[in-house]
Formats: sequence, C-alpha cells, structure tokens
Amino acid sequence: MAKKGLTLKIGELHSDIASLRNVNISIGAVTGERWGEPMGPTPFPSLTTLRSWDHILLDRYKPFYLPFCDLCCLCTFGKCDLTGNKRGACGIDMAAQQSRIVLLASSIGAATHIAHARDLVGHVIGEFGRSHPIDVGGNAIEVEAPHTRLVCGIKPETLGDLEEILEYCENQVTQLLAVTHTGQEGSCLDFESKVLHAGMIDHVGMEIADIAQISAYAMPKADPESPLVDLGMGTVDIRKPVILVIGHAVPPAAGIIDYMRDNDLESKIELTGICCTALDMTRYSSQAKIIGPISWQLRYIRSGVPDLIVIDEQCIRCDTLVEAAKIQAPVIATSEKNCCSLPDRTADPAEEIVSDLVSGRIPGALILDTQKVGEVAVRTVSEVAKKRRKFKNLPSVDEIVRMAKKCTQCAQCRRACPNDLPILYAVKAAASGNLRGLDEIYDDCVGCGRCESACTQKIPLHSIIVAAADRMTKEESYCIRSGRGAIQDVEIRKVGGPIVLGEIPGVVAFVGCANYPKGSREVAEMCMEFAKRRYIVCTSGCAAMSAGMYRDENGKTAYELYPGSFEAGGIVNVGSCVSNAHISGAAIKIASIFARRPLRGNYEEIADYVHNRVGAVGVAWGAMSQKAAAIASGFWRLGIPVVVGPHGSKYRRMLLGRSDRTEDWYVHDARTGEDVYGGPVPEHLFFAAETKEEAMVMVAKLAMRPNDTTKGRAIKLSNYIDLHRRLIGNMPPDISLFVRKTADIPVTMKDEVERHLADAGWTEKEIPDPTLLERMIRKSKEA
Amino acid sequence: MPLTESWQTAEIPGPKKASLIIKPEIADAMIRRAKRPIMIVGHGAIEYEIEGNKLIDCIIELAKKANIPVVVTASTSREFQGRGFKTAGLMPAMDIGNRLKDPAWMGLDGKGNYDLAIFVGLPYYMEWTILSGLKHFAPQVKTMTLDCVYQPNASWSFPNSTIKDWAANFRGIIEHFGESP
Repeated sequence: MAKKGLTLKIGELHSDIASLRNVNISIGAVTGERWGEPMGPTPFPSLTTLRSWDHILLDRYKPFYLPFCDLCCLCTFGKCDLTGNKRGACGIDMAAQQSRIVLLASSIGAATHIAHARDLVGHVIGEFGRSHPIDVGGNAIEVEAPHTRLVCGIKPETLGDLEEILEYCENQVTQLLAVTHTGQEGSCLDFESKVLHAGMIDHVGMEIADIAQISAYAMPKADPESPLVDLGMGTVDIRKPVILVIGHAVPPAAGIIDYMRDNDLESKIELTGICCTALDMTRYSSQAKIIGPISWQLRYIRSGVPDLIVIDEQCIRCDTLVEAAKIQAPVIATSEKNCCSLPDRTADPAEEIVSDLVSGRIPGALILDTQKVGEVAVRTVSEVAKKRRKFKNLPSVDEIVRMAKKCTQCAQCRRACPNDLPILYAVKAAASGNLRGLDEIYDDCVGCGRCESACTQKIPLHSIIVAAADRMTKEESYCIRSGRGAIQDVEIRKVGGPIVLGEIPGVVAFVGCANYPKGSREVAEMCMEFAKRRYIVCTSGCAAMSAGMYRDENGKTAYELYPGSFEAGGIVNVGSCVSNAHISGAAIKIASIFARRPLRGNYEEIADYVHNRVGAVGVAWGAMSQKAAAIASGFWRLGIPVVVGPHGSKYRRMLLGRSDRTEDWYVHDARTGEDVYGGPVPEHLFFAAETKEEAMVMVAKLAMRPNDTTKGRAIKLSNYIDLHRRLIGNMPPDISLFVRKTADIPVTMKDEVERHLADAGWTEKEIPDPTLLERMIRKSKEA
Repeated sequence: MPLTESWQTAEIPGPKKASLIIKPEIADAMIRRAKRPIMIVGHGAIEYEIEGNKLIDCIIELAKKANIPVVVTASTSREFQGRGFKTAGLMPAMDIGNRLKDPAWMGLDGKGNYDLAIFVGLPYYMEWTILSGLKHFAPQVKTMTLDCVYQPNASWSFPNSTIKDWAANFRGIIEHFGESP
C-alpha cells in the first residue's frame, strides 16, 4: 500500500450553489491501492463492530468465573465486598468485576505488544527508511500479513505502511482501557466481548512487530530449515566473557551482535539470552545462545556466569539490578519502559560509560541508543570479565549444610512456593548432608524466589537449590530450531485440505510462559507425543525453549527428531512472543488461501470458518502474563480453543461449553439452511487442565470440528480414544457425543466403540456444512 | 502453624472464609444433613499418604461407608478402577465446577444437582479458584474440603494440619459412618 499526505488550498471558488474563499482541505493519507480484493464488511472494527459474533461464541462458551479476590479496590469508594450477589458502591457485581479484570489484563497485554511493535517499527524505519519493503518470506508468501489484511483491510508493503496499522491498534487499546474505568460497562458479557476485541488487536500488533523485525533484520523468512542453535546453561563457554540479555526487544541485542561482527569478536565473547530476546537474537545470529525460559533468570544470574547483563523490556525480574550487584555484574538498561533507576547515559561518550561501568562507579547505565549499547556492552564485558572471574552467588556444599541447619521447619517456604514444593523437607535432609531433595526440587522450580523472601531464617533457599543442582545445570545442553517466522503459502496449500477435512488430526500450538506445575519437561513430552501422532505442532516463546530442553532415550531433542515444516509430524518454532501471530495467521491463511474465503476486512466469516473447520488448539501450559491473556483472547475470537495448565485457573474465568446441553451445539447447515446438531466440538474455548495427562486428552478432543469428514473424525477419534485409554485408563465416557456416523468409528476400535454407543442409545446424525452465521447460508442465495 | 490462614500465604480471598472442621463430628453432620452429596477427587489422591495409607484408599472407605458418589478427575480414574471401586463419573475439575454452579444441572445420575460438594486432592490453587467460583455463583451448593490444608473459599475446611492430625480427623469421619454397607 502506498500512501501520501495531501493538502488542497482553494483561494476562491464560485459555483451555482455556493461561493468559497480561502478553503484548506487536508487529507491525511491517500492510498495508492494495489490490492484488488474488494473490501469486506468490517475494516478497522470498533469496540462493537464484532459484538454479535462475540455473543455467538459467548452464548455457547459461557464464562465460569473464578474470582481471585472477593473485593474491588480500584476506586476510593472501596474496598467493596462483592461476595455472592453483593454489588459495589459503583453498582458493579462480581461477574462484571472479574470480566473487567480480565479485560484489564488483556488490554495490558495488547498494549505491551503494540508498544513493542511501535518501538520496533520506529527503530527500523530510523535505520532503513519508511520505504524499506516488507519481506517475510519472499516468493513463498503472498499473504504477508493475514491479521492486518483481515482486521484492517490493508495490505502493507513497506515499513512505513505499518505505522497506520499501529495507530489503529493504539486507538483501540486506549478505548478498551477506558472501558475498565469506574462507571462504564456493567455487563460481564459486554466486558467479555471487549476482551476478545483486545485479543484480536493484540494479534495485529504482534504481527506488525514480527513483520518489522523479520524484514529489517534479515531473520529467517518462513524457513522450515532455520538453523539449530544452542540452548541451555551447559552450552556456555565460561572461559569467555559472557553477556546476558533479557527481555523481548531485539534491537539492543542486534546492536551488540553488529559491534561484535564489525570488530571480529563473535568467537571471543559469548552472547547469551533469556526469554524472547534470546529467541529473536538467534534469528539474527545463530552463534548466540539461549539459556532458557523466563524462569531461568535468577538461577543463571546467581551462577555467576554472566559478566554483564543487558535488559530491554517485558518479563524481566524487577530485582535484576539487585541480583546483578550480588555477582558484581553491571547492568545496561535499554528501554524507556524499564529504566531500573539507572542514570541516563545515552548522550555520554561510550568511553566514559565503559570506564564508569568497569570501575564500578555506577552499578549500571540507561542507554537508549542501540548502537551505543552494542559498543558499551562489548567493551565493558571484556574488561569486567577479567575482574569478576565468574564471581558467583551460590554457596558451596559445606555452606549449604551449615545454612540448612538454621532451618526451623516453619514451612513458610512451602507456603510461599507457587507449586507447593516440599522445600522444608529437602532443607532438613540437606542439614544432614543429603542434597538429593534440593536437587530434585530444581526440576520443578519456577525460579520465582518467593521461598527465599518468606524464609524467617534468611536462608538463600533458591541459591541452595541451584547450587545443589550444579551438576544438572552444567548438563543443560540442548538445541532449538531458531524461529522461522511465518508459514509459507505453499505449506498452507498442502495441508489446508487435510486439516479442514480432519485427516491431519489437528494443529497444536505450545505457546506462552514458564509457570509450569511440574517443570518444563512436560511441554517437551507433549510436543513429541503430538508430533509422533502426526499433528502439526507449533511452538513459540518460552514454551518453544521448554520443548527443546529434554532428550529422548536416544539423546535427541524434539527439534532434532522432527522437521521444522508446517506439515503432519512437524515441530514448527515460529519464534518469540510476537511470532504467535503466525500461528493464528496460519489458521486465517487456511481460510483464505486454501478455501479462498474473502479475507479483506471480513473477520466474522473467517473466524466462523476457522472455528468450524480448522482443528487448531493452543496450549499455554505455563501461562503467567497479561500478554499471554491477550494472546489467548486473540485465539478465542477466531474460535480457537486454548488449554492452560492448572495455574491458568488464576486468570479468573474459563470459557466452557456444556456437552450435556444439546441445545447449545446446533449449527446452521450452509447448504440447506437447516439447524443441525453439530456436536460439542470444540467443547471449550478456555480450559485449565489439572495435569499433563488431562491436557493431552483434552487437546485431542478439542481438535475435533463439525466439518470433519468421516475419515478425518475417525483419525481424530482414534487419537482421542488412544490417549484417553493410555493416560486416563479407560474409554472416554463421552465418546457417543463425537461419533456422528458409523463411518466415524476408528476401524481398529470398532467393537469396543460400538458397545459404548449401544449402551448410550446412540443414533446416527447428519454431518452439516457448518456455520454459525445466518448470512453464510447459501440456500437463500440460490433460491 | 496458623490454623485458618490460607495454606498458600498470599491466597487471601476476602471477608467470607470457610468454617473450620475442628472435629470429625462437624464433617459427619454436614454429610449426613446433605440430601445429594458428591465427592470430587483430584490426582493428589494417588500422590498423598495418610500415615502409611494412600489417600485414595481412605477416600474409597469414606465414600463406601457414607454412600457418597465420587467423580474423579484426570488419571485418578485408573487407580479407582484398579481398586475395584466404581465411580459415579469421570470429569475434569473445571467441568464439574461449572456444572455444579448450574442449579438446573441434573447431576451425573440425572436426578438433580448436588447440595454438598466435597473436594479433595486437587492442586491447592486450582481447588482454591474453583471453590471461589462456587462460593460466589453457586449459593445452592455447600462445599467442603478434606485436604490437610485450609481452603478459605470452601464452606467448611480442615485447618492447616499436621499429617498426624489430618489422619486422626479423616479416620474419625470414616468411623462415624460405621461399617461399610
């Protein structure tokens, strides 16, 4: 899309109807349209444009609210007790208050991605110019921005085109945030509709961010064979100076890589990262190393390996400066959103900043110039490494035993632990020299450090856990396929049919943070299981790292075992948080490229298609953040279900279907206009599973869609039944709800399934051409 | 250990908190008073032990003696089957919570919703949130937990207990129901 500002000035104009003098007409942008597709019904939707679609979904998937607090404390009327049917001073009730908090969380998440995108776009435009072309996959990709095309009706062509899209996103997020003010919405369902709007906007913002960085930084462009890169603490060569970057914005890390390249230092300094910046910098340089997910921050810093810490934005521990001081490592903050109380040294000469950091005159510096960050970081780390000599903040075995003896077994550590880990028992054993219990806790620890804060004896509990697991941390040596970005159009064409017909049993996306109930290994196991079963497995963010942090019996990681292509049995790491837009974008592209549904500004129809036909399921097993809430919300508006781990129940509500309410599962048959029972598929839109086993069975179930052919449904059912038998121990009790025709029954399970069907009084049902939108019924057009 | 503080320190809900089951007779009376009790058993039942006995075995004993139907979640089902105990149903905790809140739900046996839901063995924080959902949105259902930690969102909960006290309480409840039928 080419656009140009235009101003018309009319000095004097006389016509039959009027005379005009000194008229100025300014037009913000004139679009040079090069996209022939007609505009759909909902370009740039406002808060209420898609409300009716939202209510179709919310009528089926009703919120089950799980209040995390009985009170509202957002205004000075409060605190208000909203227990039961009580209303607050403003008149709000508990259901509305919970949905209001969900909207706040989703808006925070969307704002964070959009602000990230705004900074990235501003940065790369400054570096490469507005007319720098967008390129996310060369000739392999024609639909370069499925969300943007779908939501905004715009086909961006240059970096400059991305700005208008961001203006829209920023406007919508401001409107959404305003909705949460006291005395606005009072209906929980209207709040929920806006949650879905926030999610949709979030995916546009994520898409813009990743398009900008892929285009500008020559990251892998939809490359199924993007390189395998190092992952884990054990991959770091500690003889070299080590830089640690934490966060989500890649420009400062790119500045470091550029400086190392320019000065031939890439082989002399270790660049390591945690969280999404780590993922994105390995897309820029495959020599960079990923340490691990967000939960590795404390353990890695305290190990003393990093000599310098560079932080950018999002998901960075707020006590990074404190922790860095304990290992005598300076900190460079690089984002206006996270200044860390450090002095702004952006305007100072690099030489002076390096000198101050190396000498310890300042604990760190705020530098808002990525080039300067690169120079200062590299020059500083070389000097600091010589002085620090890997000074660590971990106790020796003798010190662990001595400290453990101070423990009074008060259990405050366990009560503070998100996973209720038996820390006190491990400490008791450690007091007598047995460190095995601490070592075992390491695997399940989410690295929050709350145990330490709670300890009445000031025992550095997290440190002793990490120290006891010293051998394990050194063995953390894995690999991950670097983020490939988008899915190619040709891949979509190949798998579109099998997905929509159900012959590929589903697309399962493992995304999100690392607040796992039982360590990251569960994510790797789930990924491998679904890939083995010929699902298409996608990964992103911290979950992508977790997927790689496990080796099978032959010593192979998931990324070594399975290809990186978007095909049955592939494990596709799309990249960082913002790359999640490529996963939802692939679902949109199936509707657009494979099914040739009009894409432009046509949200409802595409979402209806995805919901009824594309067996995609998101799994955010360790979802923690507000961004994760926004990402999930974007999947929901497309009708894609999301499964979270048990901690996900703290997101304050589920969106659950009721398979026992037959009346909830009717769809329109687009061929006949009849309302037909389509079955409870997908059964839920947002579901917290108690265990990995429950999650896996639920994923297989949620991948079913009303449009499945009999062959496709048989394949999906065979996976559902087999997983249920193996993990739960018996046939699924609800199997009769998902068999529509006898041809749906998996051949190898025929006898057993038929017995169950007979017991349930099952009868055959029609297979509709499903839609939830009346306007999609073709009969009326043909009549 | 504080008896009526949330086991996970920061999980403080608000003004309405669970009444304590300070002696087995209280739980016994609540169960006897209920017309339609149900027990919801999470995977902790196969992980926890009460003084040498698996929690699941104690639950089965109680369910049999008090004639309480049991709905199991996740992979707990296999263990019940292995012990020859027929459960009333298998359903994820979120689904059972969601159904319990609906007064029109006809229950697992088609005879109507339940008036007492007894939870045991779910992850603490997950049980906490589901009980919160029921506290606020299911006034027709009373809730009880049999875990050894205090759950403030239940109607009745054991206090934070040592395993020894928990065992004594659990055993006391079972014994109040006499011999299994």
